[in-house]
Amino acid sequence: MSNEITPDVVAGHGLTLDEYAKIQAAMKRQPNLLELGIFSVMWSEHCSYKSSRKHLKGFPTTGPRVLQGPGENAGVVDVGDGLAVAFKMESHNHPSYIEPYQGAATGVGGILRDVFTMGARPVASLNSLRFGDPSHPKTAWLVEGVTSGIAGYGNAMGVPTVGGEIAFDPSYNGNCLVNAFTLGVLDSDKIFLGTATGVGNPVIYVGAKTGRDGIHGATMASAEFDESSEEKRPTVQVGDPFVEKLLLEACLELMKTDAIVGIQDMGAAGLTSSSVEMAGRAGNGLDLHLDRIPMREEGMTPYELMLSESQERMLLVAKEGREQDVIDIFEKWDLDVAVVGSVTGSGVLRLYWHGDVAGELPIDPLTEGAPVYDRPRQRPADLDSLQGFDPNTLPAPASLGETLLTLMARPTIASKEWVYRQYDYMVRLGTVVRPGGDAAVVRLEGDKGVALSADCPSRMVYLDPYMGAMLTVAEACRNVSVVGGEPIGLTDCLNFGNPEKPEIMWQFAEAVRGIADACRALDVPVVSGNVSLYNETDGKGIFPTPTCAVVGLVPDVNHTSTTWWKERGHEIALLGVCTGEAGGSEYLAACFDKVAGLPPRLDVARELAVQAAVRELVRAGLVASAHDCADGGIAVALAESCIMGAPEGGLGAKVRIPGDARIDLLLFAEDPSRVLISYDPARRAEVEAVARKAGAPFAVIGQVGGDSLEIEGALQVPVQELAHRWGKGFTQVLGLADAHYPDEIASRAAPV
Amino acid sequence: MRFGIVVFPGANCDHDAHHVVKHVLGQDARFIWHKDRDLSGIDCVILPGGFSYGDYLRCGAMARLSPVMEEVVAFAKRGGKVLGICNGFQVALEAGLLPGAMLRNRSLKFVCKDVHLKVENDRTPFTSAIPAGEILRLPIAHADGNYFLPDDELERLEGNGQVVFRYAEADGRITDAANPNGARNGIAGIVNEAGNVLGMMPHPERMAERILGGEDGRRIFESLIGGSKV
Repeated sequence: MSNEITPDVVAGHGLTLDEYAKIQAAMKRQPNLLELGIFSVMWSEHCSYKSSRKHLKGFPTTGPRVLQGPGENAGVVDVGDGLAVAFKMESHNHPSYIEPYQGAATGVGGILRDVFTMGARPVASLNSLRFGDPSHPKTAWLVEGVTSGIAGYGNAMGVPTVGGEIAFDPSYNGNCLVNAFTLGVLDSDKIFLGTATGVGNPVIYVGAKTGRDGIHGATMASAEFDESSEEKRPTVQVGDPFVEKLLLEACLELMKTDAIVGIQDMGAAGLTSSSVEMAGRAGNGLDLHLDRIPMREEGMTPYELMLSESQERMLLVAKEGREQDVIDIFEKWDLDVAVVGSVTGSGVLRLYWHGDVAGELPIDPLTEGAPVYDRPRQRPADLDSLQGFDPNTLPAPASLGETLLTLMARPTIASKEWVYRQYDYMVRLGTVVRPGGDAAVVRLEGDKGVALSADCPSRMVYLDPYMGAMLTVAEACRNVSVVGGEPIGLTDCLNFGNPEKPEIMWQFAEAVRGIADACRALDVPVVSGNVSLYNETDGKGIFPTPTCAVVGLVPDVNHTSTTWWKERGHEIALLGVCTGEAGGSEYLAACFDKVAGLPPRLDVARELAVQAAVRELVRAGLVASAHDCADGGIAVALAESCIMGAPEGGLGAKVRIPGDARIDLLLFAEDPSRVLISYDPARRAEVEAVARKAGAPFAVIGQVGGDSLEIEGALQVPVQELAHRWGKGFTQVLGLADAHYPDEIASRAAPV
Repeated sequence: MRFGIVVFPGANCDHDAHHVVKHVLGQDARFIWHKDRDLSGIDCVILPGGFSYGDYLRCGAMARLSPVMEEVVAFAKRGGKVLGICNGFQVALEAGLLPGAMLRNRSLKFVCKDVHLKVENDRTPFTSAIPAGEILRLPIAHADGNYFLPDDELERLEGNGQVVFRYAEADGRITDAANPNGARNGIAGIVNEAGNVLGMMPHPERMAERILGGEDGRRIFESLIGGSKV
């Protein structure tokens, strides 16, 4: 690589000429190549949030429980009794599309580091995945690779993957989404921050050696894909969960001492972002001796060392004189450890190479001084006609039973057991409510636990970004409430297309406004998050997908709920109202190939009432089951309650759906704020009293029993058939081998 | 009873085993770092589940070279009780404490789920409180649990009654469909000839509290503890 900075070199670093002029002004001279590289990653969309920052300021980020809001490696929320939880969600979309196993694996590795950097032991992970059309030639390959990558890393780390969500739509054909969430537990008074305080304190590098992998990963994640993207495979990092497991144990052991003042994961933009951000937060400078960095390869240059995204590395600042304590612990765990520099009061990052200064950059312009854009926004021209579509103009299906079976087999709705069976979801002895339901429940300490759910109905966001984002927040909170949790914090992963397009920027701004308003209305703070833009291939963007993960506090894990009926004769009731607003529903997409209509409106008061009611009912032990109505509407929710307990046989139900919309829309519309409950009929008065007191609409709709799901005036389908379609839908549609079913074992074992 | 739980680098069920023996069953328990060699005072060594050395070479192949394993082998030879769970079973195989080897699951995938096990032998210190023929429900979580042994050795193993647990249907039938990984004869757990070393792929420590879905696993620990009081 030539050292001359030409316009081509500037463009090759993903910088505009205008940005380059700003760099020269900040440096008061021409940067050298090393310095340009550092500016380019710090000013990349991925690190600087230059397009999104202005809008993210609207989030509510504080609250009585919030100990650490956005801006650190993870948010921290107090859960009482001296305990806190640290959590965050991050995307690893671009790498996962290019190299699904390693992309997804290192996504998990990165979010785990973000959490244990805070001093928290990771105890649960979730993931939210989006793939293209199931019949697209790449989809099954991506699903296999991403699933095994998440499993390969998370399982080896011994952190249970307890839940998540997966959906399919052709808009993700050229860009899959891999959003990984991790939650960790820590003492509320022992939060570690990524800050380089104390002039003279040593800067110590720990973990794996630095190689040439992932150079420019952050820049790659800040550009669109085209046909040449496959060539970017070398920019995908390779994960080593074994080293990360050692790093986790060594860091937590070190954090029990008082030897360190700050610590930060080397994630995107590696050593550059960790050193610059740590210095920036403290208002200090750093001197780093790059030749002292443990290197995996011969002949590495300062440029490569600063920009490498090799995994499983941390940068920490120790107290002066405590270097040996740090070294002893990392050597015990057979990890590399090197004192590579010191904190200065200069406000400058000074990089040495064998004694010579190789680069010298002021910290401020790299962090606070990064460009902030207020990009033009424009409502998409076709939105009015999309929203104006009236589902009532569609022909009613001939057989509602067949329609239900079709929906049950849709990979977005069908059982995801093929996926979560590959994840160790039980390690650490905390998983009280396992994957497959509305939210997972994980025991923390004693009887205290958390409920976790990640959601995003992205079709709804596409059709109405503001309302769709509100529905996203509402659904994630509702799922947590359904298992008895009180929402206490939210983290988001905002996946969008190219922000330089005014329509995309409009989607983004509207969705952010929707999240902010919903969080305010539902009283849940945003404590961490991540923005992933440029999810476009050949100019085609994904559905806007602002995934939200909500953490709920469960005071007593002995009082939670599961989705399935427990006993014949139990009464079934609906908390909520069926309006039949089918815009943006899975039903329209599955049966009419239509992504259109106005999504249902969120009634905040009703949402709050329904959540409060179900939470109280679950905590009081009054209900035998509780299940949110989401994809596929109330009919699918009823069917799921019939079959999800299938290992114990499954139970039918006979119900009547209240409401005056057209029957198919009533059954399959996805209007929010609805929860199905079942309970011992002898306790109806108590159940109803709780619902009334919370102000939630309450209607008895039927009872559990029989071997089929019977919806009055609509359909009757045997439970076994529902279970079969739902159980095999995912693997069948994607053509994945499924050893769960003996007939397939037999055919696979047969001689070729 | 005094349990020692070996901490290999990459082990991740060490804390779970410790929690169950110490906090659920109220026994004495301590961790043993893999570079240490001191097993003094220990009645039962637990080789816990996880991914020792990342399982990068062959599951358990590196861990058996850890300094502590020399002592564990000597401890077993003296009649000390050793319980190898999942990766710990693999380590015990590699260390020659138990016969056979593990192949990749026939699905070629990691599998995490509850399975049913038929107790085939109740004359071991690990099953003395569980009558033979009983069905236990325990979780598995592994990618390499496809137990293999050549025909003649398999015959000897079966003939000696060394098979302790076999994958079964909930009603106790031994079927191919109930076999989650392709293990020969549906073998889920075995003991050595002396009966003091048990290796099992399912995780008894994960089913020792009702809140986690069941208590069948507890009975294995209770067998050990009850036996030590006799």
